[in-house]
Amino acid sequence: MNGGGGKNLRDFLDRLGRWAAAGVAEFGFAAALVGECLFWLAMGRKRRQPVRLAPVMAQAMEIGIGALPIVTVLSGTIGIMLAIQGIYSLKLFGAESRVTLGVAMSTVREFAPLITGILVAGRSGSALAARLGTMRINQEIDALTVMGVSPVRFLVVPALVAMMVMLPCLTLWADLVGLFAAGLYIAPQLGSTMGAYADEVTSLVQMNDMLHGLAKSGIFAVLITIVGVINGASVTGGAEGVGRMTTRSVVHAISAIVITDMIFVFMVTR
Amino acid sequence: MTRRSPKFITNSVEVVNLNTHFGDRQILHDVSLEVRKGEIMVIMGGSGSGKTTLLNHLLGLLSPSSGTVRILDHDLGKLSPMERQLLRTRTGVAFQSGALFSSMSIGDNIALPLREHTGLDPTTIGIMTRLKLEVVSLAGFEDLKPAELSGGMIKRAALARAIVMDPELLFCDEPSAGLDPVVAASIDDLILRLRDAMGMSIVVVTHDLDSTFKIADRICVLDKGRVLALDTVEAIRASTDIRIQNLLNRRTEEAEPDPDAYLRRLLGDSSNQPDGIRRT
Repeated sequence: MNGGGGKNLRDFLDRLGRWAAAGVAEFGFAAALVGECLFWLAMGRKRRQPVRLAPVMAQAMEIGIGALPIVTVLSGTIGIMLAIQGIYSLKLFGAESRVTLGVAMSTVREFAPLITGILVAGRSGSALAARLGTMRINQEIDALTVMGVSPVRFLVVPALVAMMVMLPCLTLWADLVGLFAAGLYIAPQLGSTMGAYADEVTSLVQMNDMLHGLAKSGIFAVLITIVGVINGASVTGGAEGVGRMTTRSVVHAISAIVITDMIFVFMVTR
Repeated sequence: MTRRSPKFITNSVEVVNLNTHFGDRQILHDVSLEVRKGEIMVIMGGSGSGKTTLLNHLLGLLSPSSGTVRILDHDLGKLSPMERQLLRTRTGVAFQSGALFSSMSIGDNIALPLREHTGLDPTTIGIMTRLKLEVVSLAGFEDLKPAELSGGMIKRAALARAIVMDPELLFCDEPSAGLDPVVAASIDDLILRLRDAMGMSIVVVTHDLDSTFKIADRICVLDKGRVLALDTVEAIRASTDIRIQNLLNRRTEEAEPDPDAYLRRLLGDSSNQPDGIRRT
């Protein structure tokens, strides 16, 4: 009996240790990957492996322009939802005229970057993981390596650059659409006009608030890309493995986004 | 026709006492071999003999536990990343599955090394791409995607991509596996033509006996991670080693010598029995 219990405990500690070591290794891999991306961006031309514009543009089209319709729909919906909830809760103490402040701040500082990040993680982070995973099991990554073409420079850097440019752009668009949609509900409810609402918003939202949201979306862009790449690059076990790692990449990317968001707000806002 | 000639002094590939482990399991044991300039070396062995692992070492995709791998007079273990990249432009690799980039057309696949490593203008790159497609008899297919090609065409396209930089050393992983005999023979002819026309050294990894004897200058027989024999085709054919003869005559391995070990394996693996069969 005693031996059995000891064995279970040892197995548990063994698993825990392996799990922790794997986690630390993954963080290390992520850091090394970011470092290698920066290296290729800075030194690629000197090493005769420049990062080319065409694949960056192709990725930007896919990540950014392709996500425009869904970002528009969801940020508009969330703007209206925030307006309804804001007016409802402020009415409790007769302060519904201040709803614009709450909606403007929460959209620009929080909801636009968060929703855009989650959408892009689901759309493009998963696609990146699946693409790299399939390339890996097809030996396409090996083929690049033995050709003397760095897979990081050729596959990861374009995605990272495109993501870091397009995610803040999408966030800015989500800001505009969300605020506009909120205005469509707020203006008639308060018996005001869209013009007056717009004036109020522009006087309330400071540059600082916009930058807060955009800076977060820049961090989210790095997170989505790196999580997607790491999961794609560690695919083993055929098509099933690709599916598993794609799911994992979406879950990890969204978790990373939400947790990083909280840490960022905690460090910047207090 | 004598394929060996005294002017081939330098070796394209030199492997000395290579050992590899995956975890605790040793895959390669003291493997040494050399590939002379301009010869076709066939690395032959059954499944699990370690030939794919050996190839990955030659390609620099794995680092050995001990031993050295020299490719075109460069020690892979001592190269800086930049030197390694330069060396890789002098070698070509045709993977077993082709490993063509599925998002690109055949033409773009073959043009990729030229676009990445040379400053040639697009017109020249187009001409060179079509030239290599002609060599592998795939002219006119450059706009198709890999998914639209047959197995034999994919292998030939992969060969075209491997030779587009006119490498001094070409690696082919199972060039004829999974192809019908006629198409397999055409790939063999292609490999012979490449060596004769361009003077490449070629390393072919295969388990296909027919194509081995057709194309090889020398054969390296791998068995359970060890070099069993490394000699000319005639010498391998004439070998009296029982294991080589088994391989050549497609005989299965000798029966289990230890009945106790056999029983132990059976008892240990009893959980692997499919349940459904026993119940019904």
